[in-house]
Amino acid sequence: MSEVIKNYIVRENEDYIVNMGPQHPSTHGVLRLELVLSGETVKQVVPHIGYIHRGIEKMCEYDTYKQIVHLTDRMDYLSAHINNEAVCLLVENALEIEVPERVKYIRVVLDELTRIASHQLWWSAYGMDLGALTAFFYGMRDREKILDIFEESFGSRLLHSFNTPGGLMHDVHPNFQKHAMEFVKYFRKKLPEYKQLLTDNVIFRNRTQGIGVMSRETAIAYGVTGPSGRGSGFSCDVRKIAPYGVYDQLEFEQILYEQGDSFARYMVRMKEMEQSLNIIEQAVDKITDGPFTAKVKPIIKLPEGEYYQRVETARGELGVYVVSDGKKFPYRVRFRSPNFSNLFVLNTIARGHLIADLVAISGSLDLVIPDIDR
Amino acid sequence: MKSNEELVKYFTDLLPHAQVSEGKQYVEIVVDLDKWHETAKTLAECELKFDFMVDITAVDYIPKFMIVCHLTSTTTRDFIVLKTYIEDRDNPTIDTLSDIWPTAEFQEREIYDLFGIRFNNHPDLRRLFLEDDYGYPLRKDFRDDINMIELKN
Repeated sequence: MSEVIKNYIVRENEDYIVNMGPQHPSTHGVLRLELVLSGETVKQVVPHIGYIHRGIEKMCEYDTYKQIVHLTDRMDYLSAHINNEAVCLLVENALEIEVPERVKYIRVVLDELTRIASHQLWWSAYGMDLGALTAFFYGMRDREKILDIFEESFGSRLLHSFNTPGGLMHDVHPNFQKHAMEFVKYFRKKLPEYKQLLTDNVIFRNRTQGIGVMSRETAIAYGVTGPSGRGSGFSCDVRKIAPYGVYDQLEFEQILYEQGDSFARYMVRMKEMEQSLNIIEQAVDKITDGPFTAKVKPIIKLPEGEYYQRVETARGELGVYVVSDGKKFPYRVRFRSPNFSNLFVLNTIARGHLIADLVAISGSLDLVIPDIDR
Repeated sequence: MKSNEELVKYFTDLLPHAQVSEGKQYVEIVVDLDKWHETAKTLAECELKFDFMVDITAVDYIPKFMIVCHLTSTTTRDFIVLKTYIEDRDNPTIDTLSDIWPTAEFQEREIYDLFGIRFNNHPDLRRLFLEDDYGYPLRKDFRDDINMIELKN
């Protein structure tokens, strides 16, 4: 930890100050990066956030637990299902609700489909950031297949608040298992195309290898989790270290890379998509017949006390902290969002690189801005 | 990974000035405000090495503030909760932990923004989301008659 040295560089008169954002295409949202430049070299990055702050934590204090689930969609909209599950698991653990086996496996399949869809969008956009426009169309084409599965079962494609404390809102479509398996077969065939297009592309490799190196110590000290942390060899997959749902009964690997550069973070996500396909294959077979929800009272009141739930979203560790005073509204809700920590490491790892490389670095961290601002 | 009972025993020996309890989920350590930084440093450097600060946040128990810190060790995977209380509501101050865990710097800025709690020795204490003249919205006595719609029980 002592390796991480804080040195705020004093701005000199020759330095250029350039604002990147809040509407820069590579920030994928309203994020403003204040850059201190010496020529084209980045000396310091100061992130300014809050453009899309909606006060979700305050809103939660005036909502019931079932309503809070719908607010969590709007934080990290690409991991919407996993965010919902975090709140649901917290309530279920607090009230000791036994969720039907069917629900647990459906949730795992949906989690992993969400993760793949998120990584596909990231892959598309990352290619586009670095000037490979074709990648965007390939990624979007395959992501559409997942969104079709979601649409068939939930009626919505992105923010489907399908989880509810105790189970699911309604049963999935009868074709859900069949279509999930079809997608696995389809996407296995398409993954080599991803490899040919970007992974083995010399220009892409030159632009990412050795760029934005983050050591394991930096990752831990700044709390960088998810694929970004695992690219630095920081074993932080909550599915492995603190399993929830039925993840402890499924076989999958935690992907770790030691290099810590942008390319390592890229490779972690590519390999994770393959692992997610394996998980879906195992879980789909185990979806049994049964009820789609446990019996839950219409108004949920948690016993007085504090609760904490960790889950692994597509971007890292999401923590939900709830303080209850026994009433139907929580006393305090706090979301430890993965992107918040992932953003602020940017100053440390981007220093000394060129502006064009900053795009490669911030893209490889896979930031979703509404999750930072909440 | 140690069981909660073992952790309670370990921390009672390690931190004589703290109140250690088993808690519902994780082991809870409550310390006095003036021992906050010292305790955090001990935890980061102890045998279990709590090197990863998952989260730090505040809770407004009128008139007190509670600062809660969730810590975990990347080697042993133990997960603990560290707490303290701030009594002074008009001018709440507490020592920063950003010299121990750099991620605290930004999470403390968020606490300052939303609760108005000041952090001593913080390298860059500015508001994070809101403008400088905005109130502290996560305080329980915050009122905004124009923008807030409150549901009565």
